[in-house]
Amino acid sequence: MTMSVKDEDLLTGEERAQEKQLVRKQTAVYVYEAPVRLWHWVTVFSVLILCVTGYLIGAPLPTMPGEAIDNYLMGYIRFAHFTAGYIVAIAFVGRIYWAIVGNSHARELFFPKLLSSAWWKEVWHEARWYLFMEKTPKKYIGHNPLGQLAMFFFFVLGMIFMIVTGFALYGEGLGQGSWADEMFGWVIPLMGQSQDVHTWHRLGMWYLIVFIMTHVYVAVREDIMSRQSLISTMVGGWRMFKDDRPD
Amino acid sequence: MSQIETFYEVMRRQGITRRSFLKYCSLTAAALGLGPTFAPKIAHAMETKERTPVLWLHGLECTCCSESFIRSAHPLVKDVVLSMISLDYDDTLMASAGHQAEEVLHETIKKYKGKYILAVEGNPPLNEDGMFCISGGKPFVEKLKYAAKDAAAIIAWGSCASWGCVQAARPNPTQAVPIHKVITDKPIIKVPGCPPIAEVMTGVITYMLTFGKMPELDRQGRPKMFYSQRIHDKCYRRPHFDAGQFVEEWDDEGARKGYCLYKVGCKGPTTYNACSTVRWNEGISFPIQAGHGCIGCSEDGFWDKGSFYDRLTNIPQFGIEKNADEIGTAVAGGVGAAIAAHAAVSAIKRAQHKGDQE
Ligand code: HEM
Ligand code: SF4
Ligand code: SF4
Repeated sequence: MTMSVKDEDLLTGEERAQEKQLVRKQTAVYVYEAPVRLWHWVTVFSVLILCVTGYLIGAPLPTMPGEAIDNYLMGYIRFAHFTAGYIVAIAFVGRIYWAIVGNSHARELFFPKLLSSAWWKEVWHEARWYLFMEKTPKKYIGHNPLGQLAMFFFFVLGMIFMIVTGFALYGEGLGQGSWADEMFGWVIPLMGQSQDVHTWHRLGMWYLIVFIMTHVYVAVREDIMSRQSLISTMVGGWRMFKDDRPD
Repeated sequence: MSQIETFYEVMRRQGITRRSFLKYCSLTAAALGLGPTFAPKIAHAMETKERTPVLWLHGLECTCCSESFIRSAHPLVKDVVLSMISLDYDDTLMASAGHQAEEVLHETIKKYKGKYILAVEGNPPLNEDGMFCISGGKPFVEKLKYAAKDAAAIIAWGSCASWGCVQAARPNPTQAVPIHKVITDKPIIKVPGCPPIAEVMTGVITYMLTFGKMPELDRQGRPKMFYSQRIHDKCYRRPHFDAGQFVEEWDDEGARKGYCLYKVGCKGPTTYNACSTVRWNEGISFPIQAGHGCIGCSEDGFWDKGSFYDRLTNIPQFGIEKNADEIGTAVAGGVGAAIAAHAAVSAIKRAQHKGDQE
């Protein structure tokens, strides 16, 4: 690329200067530590279960034949939902913990640099790349800024919303005075009544589904078309670069 | 009157025998879920405590709460409570009328300043300075504020006083509001339902009269003893819900077998009330037992949640009424199409630039 590009403009994200130097010389950087990768795949699995079971909670399967005593379909579906809900929520809390103790890339998800103009320039660049207006994408060790932005607003906020509304509904089942009711019960009058929380929780699922569709598509596309690896990075932790040009 | 009477004295004066009085005490203990040992305590309280007067106001309403109340399953409770209440003021039930009745209201408020319970049925409409509900020649909202000012505690009877109910349903032309929008400095006990169950009403009021304190309330101001669980939590059709056995249509096999009414819109899972335990009409039945889903009558804004017969309710904020799945599939479909188009363009671009990239 052109020599006029300053060092600071390159490789945005949380990476340190030494890291930037590394990228020029070597073609792989360790980005996602094991807990982040584990969290990612646990979340993938649980959210899939949550979407399927959640959908069936609101729009159940056709009636089961036989006696009630021989069937527990709705019970199992709800049980799976609540178990996956617990797993996803605990994993999310663990992920926040790792953002504190893990490497700098572990923090990117939670802190889009909304106040940095350089960062917004990168967002713009990425947007142009997706709109086919930019011929070559930039290299990123962590998230690209547009991805970071989408991750934050769709995934982080969406997930927090689902966990809060989910446990508010769960608290209704556990009963008044239960921990879930004490911690999240206030959500119900805030949204109107229980029925409204159900409706918003369901809309939240569609919000996440739209995120998942886009996320998967972009990950596959970037894996093919960008200058770094994505999917294998979330499996093995190493970001591989396909060329040794600096920017 | 120099000395304020006790409850017991009032009852005796009303012609209630001591035997009936003691029966009433044990019934009350049972209705409140207290053990039999509480009956003598209640009796003692009633014999020694000064009578708490009750004023009962009527605003914009259909009077279904009063109708329910006077059909209380235990006639004794009803007689006792009613006779105590009618001593004071209830413009629907009291003997006097017109100026005479209004005079009683002023007198009671003056005499028992800060000591009486104010029970409100219906709610105040605020539009046009409250002209949509005139009571005693004045907008009801003024009467409400006047009576609330010196009350010890306030009971909001029914969904009207508690949430707004049908007169506050969209688009609410009279601007009817629940009473807590008008009375902001007093504890309000919400007893929602359209109407509330008679036993719940007498239970709440008896508790307050006998113990001289408010029942324990939940986050939204409803007495925990009757509103801490959903219809769904104690519904006798619940095993069919857990089994996944639903009425799919009103005249199907499942309906005849008494399956769960979830798919035909039962709001039991989101409705806090005592119907599935206390039931209605002297405990004979309740809507679900009669084969119809709960419509959520004790919940905030239940008129505005779309059809009573849909499980997924409409979201009116989206202009055209749509439920979450209709909105969700439309958006997901749109995004899916956009992804497909984007992928196609990407593939073409990539093919075009194959040479100059490497
Ligand atoms: C990715 C996250 C989640 C998704 C996509 C999801 C999806 C759904 C959906 C679609 C429903 C049905 C709503 C309706 O139509 O009434 C539902 C219900 C529910 N969800 Fe979730 N949910 C998620 C997370 C959670 C979490 C973390 C919890 C907490 C334990 C939870 C607890 C519940 C409960 C208690 C219900 C109501 C069940 C019932 O009424 O029987 N959800 N969920
Ligand atoms: S009939 Fe209604 S309240 Fe009863 S189990 Fe079914 S959904 Fe719940
Ligand atoms: S079953 Fe539901 S709709 Fe019917 S009276 Fe009870 S709370 Fe109201």
